[in-house]
Amino acid sequence: MALSFQAVVQALDAFWAEQGCVIAQPYDVEVGAGTMNPATYLRALGPEPWRVAYVEPSRRPADGRYGENPNRLYQHNQYQVILKPSPPDVQELYLESLRRLGVNPLEHDIRFVEDNWEAPTLGAWGLGWEVWLDGLEITQFTYFQQVGGFDCRPVSAELTYGLERLAAYIQGKDNVFDIEWGHGITFGELFKGFEYEQSVYAFELADVASLRQWFEGFEREAVRCLDRGLVAPGYDYVLKCSHLFNLLDARGAVSVAERTRYLGRVRVIARRAAEAWLKQREDLGFPLLRRGDEAREAVPAAAERGEGA
Amino acid sequence: MTRSTASVRGLVDRYIEATGRADLLLEIGTEEIPARFIDGALEGLAAAARGTFAEHGLEFGAVRTMGTPRRLALCVTDLRLRQEDRVTEVRGPSRQAAFDAEGRPTRAALGFARAQGVDVADLEVRSTPAGDYVFAVRREAGRPAAQVLAEGLPELVARLEFPRTMRWGRGDFAFVRPIHWVVALLGKDEVRFSVAGVASGRCSRGHRFLHPGPVEIDGPSAYVATMEAARVLVDPAARRERIRSQVEAAARAAGGRAAVDETLLTEVTHLVEWPEAVTGRFDEAFLDLPEAVLVTVMRHHQRYFPVVDEAGRLLPAFVTVANGIAGQAVRLGNEGVLRARLADARFFHDEDLKAPLAERVERLGEVGFVEGLGSMRDKVERVRTLARHLVEAAGHPDAAGLPAASGLPAVVDRAALLCKADLVTQMVRELPELEGVMGREYALKSGEDPAVAQAIFEHTLPRFAGDALPDSPAGTILALADKLDTVAACFAAGIRPTGSQDPYGLRRQALGVVQVLLKAGLPLDLADLVDRALAGFGPAAPNAEGTAPDREPDRASVRRDLLEFFSARLRTVLDEAGISYDVADAVLDRGPGAPVVTLARARALQEFKDRPAFADLKAAYIRVSGLGEKAPHARVAAERFTEPAERALWDAFQQAWAGGARALERGDYGAYLETMAALRPEVDRFFDGVLVMTDDPAVRENRLALLRRVLEAMNAVGHVGKLVGP
Repeated sequence: MALSFQAVVQALDAFWAEQGCVIAQPYDVEVGAGTMNPATYLRALGPEPWRVAYVEPSRRPADGRYGENPNRLYQHNQYQVILKPSPPDVQELYLESLRRLGVNPLEHDIRFVEDNWEAPTLGAWGLGWEVWLDGLEITQFTYFQQVGGFDCRPVSAELTYGLERLAAYIQGKDNVFDIEWGHGITFGELFKGFEYEQSVYAFELADVASLRQWFEGFEREAVRCLDRGLVAPGYDYVLKCSHLFNLLDARGAVSVAERTRYLGRVRVIARRAAEAWLKQREDLGFPLLRRGDEAREAVPAAAERGEGA
Repeated sequence: MTRSTASVRGLVDRYIEATGRADLLLEIGTEEIPARFIDGALEGLAAAARGTFAEHGLEFGAVRTMGTPRRLALCVTDLRLRQEDRVTEVRGPSRQAAFDAEGRPTRAALGFARAQGVDVADLEVRSTPAGDYVFAVRREAGRPAAQVLAEGLPELVARLEFPRTMRWGRGDFAFVRPIHWVVALLGKDEVRFSVAGVASGRCSRGHRFLHPGPVEIDGPSAYVATMEAARVLVDPAARRERIRSQVEAAARAAGGRAAVDETLLTEVTHLVEWPEAVTGRFDEAFLDLPEAVLVTVMRHHQRYFPVVDEAGRLLPAFVTVANGIAGQAVRLGNEGVLRARLADARFFHDEDLKAPLAERVERLGEVGFVEGLGSMRDKVERVRTLARHLVEAAGHPDAAGLPAASGLPAVVDRAALLCKADLVTQMVRELPELEGVMGREYALKSGEDPAVAQAIFEHTLPRFAGDALPDSPAGTILALADKLDTVAACFAAGIRPTGSQDPYGLRRQALGVVQVLLKAGLPLDLADLVDRALAGFGPAAPNAEGTAPDREPDRASVRRDLLEFFSARLRTVLDEAGISYDVADAVLDRGPGAPVVTLARARALQEFKDRPAFADLKAAYIRVSGLGEKAPHARVAAERFTEPAERALWDAFQQAWAGGARALERGDYGAYLETMAALRPEVDRFFDGVLVMTDDPAVRENRLALLRRVLEAMNAVGHVGKLVGP
């Protein structure tokens, strides 16, 4: 019996919790990827150890297809794991998580194929792979090198599972809308209508003048918050700017030169949020550094992995 | 240990003892290295190893490298087990300065000995061409290779270069991917060191899934076989051939043959440690998509080998190469992925065809070209203007390279207008490598003239080294116009390729211009083409402050750089045509010219260098160039000659020039050079009988003008002074 979508999430939660991860929740501001959740973007900065896993519904307005394309979605779900510092056995841990989902590497062709990741709006990049399962890309696997323009020391490993692809594969479904979410309810039942409406909005209805105006306002608000050292509301507005830009882009309202400028503006405030966060943690004396020591003493096995290379 | 390996060990021991040499194995075990880096990494590893051995005075036999996605291995035969003894000699003060009258060492000698760390009594006196000096001689006994390698190998690993490196965990060490194990064996002995926090030893690892766990390597000679037993084919050449034969067999079983692309074969070789070919099929209905779409999806995106029939037509089947795991699940999975991708492609194709290609042209205003140089729509207009000029220039009697084609100007203009329109189709956005191919496809389906469609495709040629060149006249013109514009635009915007950085592919495009000109036999001069292309950017635009900056000096340097850039590309073409370096120097002395003519001049010069007359030409050139090179360009006045020898040279020259000019016009450069070489006796008589730098300025100037004239004629095919020999 193939796992339902929710059973896949539960299995991943259980597995990564065993590896010492905090199981966090999706962020409640629109994001384009799980990386933008503060549990990744901010926590990947600085020297403190950190392990977290969570589902992130990710909105990509330009990828919407009115619910008509079997593989493309306005909003898909990522399963995001951060292991900081990256442990030496991170690949084995990842493969073990696949075994928990019933994917046996002795029956399937699993490969790590070069794919380097870059998020220009976040001033972030890393090196790694896309993981192929019988030719299907199911996970993005990245060693962060820079976030918010800051070198990552230590380096975090980021695992981003494409949940719909993985669930469709496990369930043998060709169409994302046929995936069983749980108890017989399909992905289509839950989201197909939303996909249609969001596509109509993003491609046809969104009011460009308002979106632009909101961008300006949110950008100002982000700066005002960050000027006061308020990272949380400041970063929320960074995320809102990023989403507004994605909407404008999907609407076809952004010219080439403008595009570069918009991306640059988001990058500037995202970097400021990173800076403010780092300062805040430093002022607190990087509290998780000490907690890390306690944890190592309490759980020697996990500490081994936490050591890094 | 089995008896046979025990006896092999015995043999190896005796060999090492007898020869003082042993084989070396170094294996760096990593997480999956990008396929495109592996060949370069292995070359770098071999070079670094040779460097390390040379630096440390270790003699060795042969160096061989092998590798897979998870390991880079170095195998060296017959490494000397001990460094050569090293003798260093340092010269000190002279004998007089080093010893006083009684033969006692002076303060100078004492200081020198101390600085060199030798006893003053051990200083040796030697005679040198400059007199007698004292020398400090130090003899260092060679150290055991194992000791030297324990220091040298970790340095070697740290020094390996990759296009991109990364850090991991808490470490600062940067490598292509994290290192997990290191095997270092000299003979059967471990070489102990640590790199990136990993201790070396004799334990490797087998295939990630088929043979997990450590694999002990007995010695370098056992490496390949031991790894093969652990389901890893370490030798890329062996892996490549196994993949080739597996893919071919699988395609035959599927009722066709494999379209084996060597680039893909290389990539796949570096994606697996233990190849297993798997055949899959797809719905025949997809075969009505353009073939290029199917091939691109299979080859570039999925790394599949397409299967074709006897006539080369695609069959609804493919072969993928899995990493050791082959079976029903792998086949079904890959088929599903391809099905989804082809369904996407079908969707894009159908959407794109809802509007004719021409309707997309205006949307190019939204697509950027090069930062600061406007949009693709602007580029299209520049390309149209440039193409119009090229049609005229190519039709000129001096450049009758292109076959006369009726309606050529109209075809070129239409194709120029449409050539970038496919950039705003969904298919090309998804599969950018199909630029041009989709342009042709959609143009045909939009009812454009087939010649226009073909030119749209051909304007992208050549897309990579070894790619086809345009065949049609319109495609030739358009390929030239587009590439000239791109290269000129980037140079004008201050973008120059440096080292390995060439983001806009300018080297390839400039080389493409040269290749297209040569293939079409169009004798167009690159200096003119560069001027035309730069004209497309108009006079300097006013800057933000509203003042028009003076950019003309800037323009001149851009022009010079562009011509040098084209010369460098043309040089590679000459090199590939077997033209020697000095001949290339000679013909490129005045810039790239028209590549067709420059290549012909180079071939003639190369051939002429083997003729006896070359010695005459060179000898005459050397005499003439001494004064002729700096002489002013002036009219030669026969009435000012005072000596018979100068009149004789002038007469001979004029006669030679009359015939020579006709030979030049015919392109018979060999005959021309013969004519010039034949001037040697008159040149010799001139210098034997005439004093050029005479007191009478009018006579002197006239003689210099004569020499200048002769010199220029000698250099008309190529600068004779650059030619090596005879």
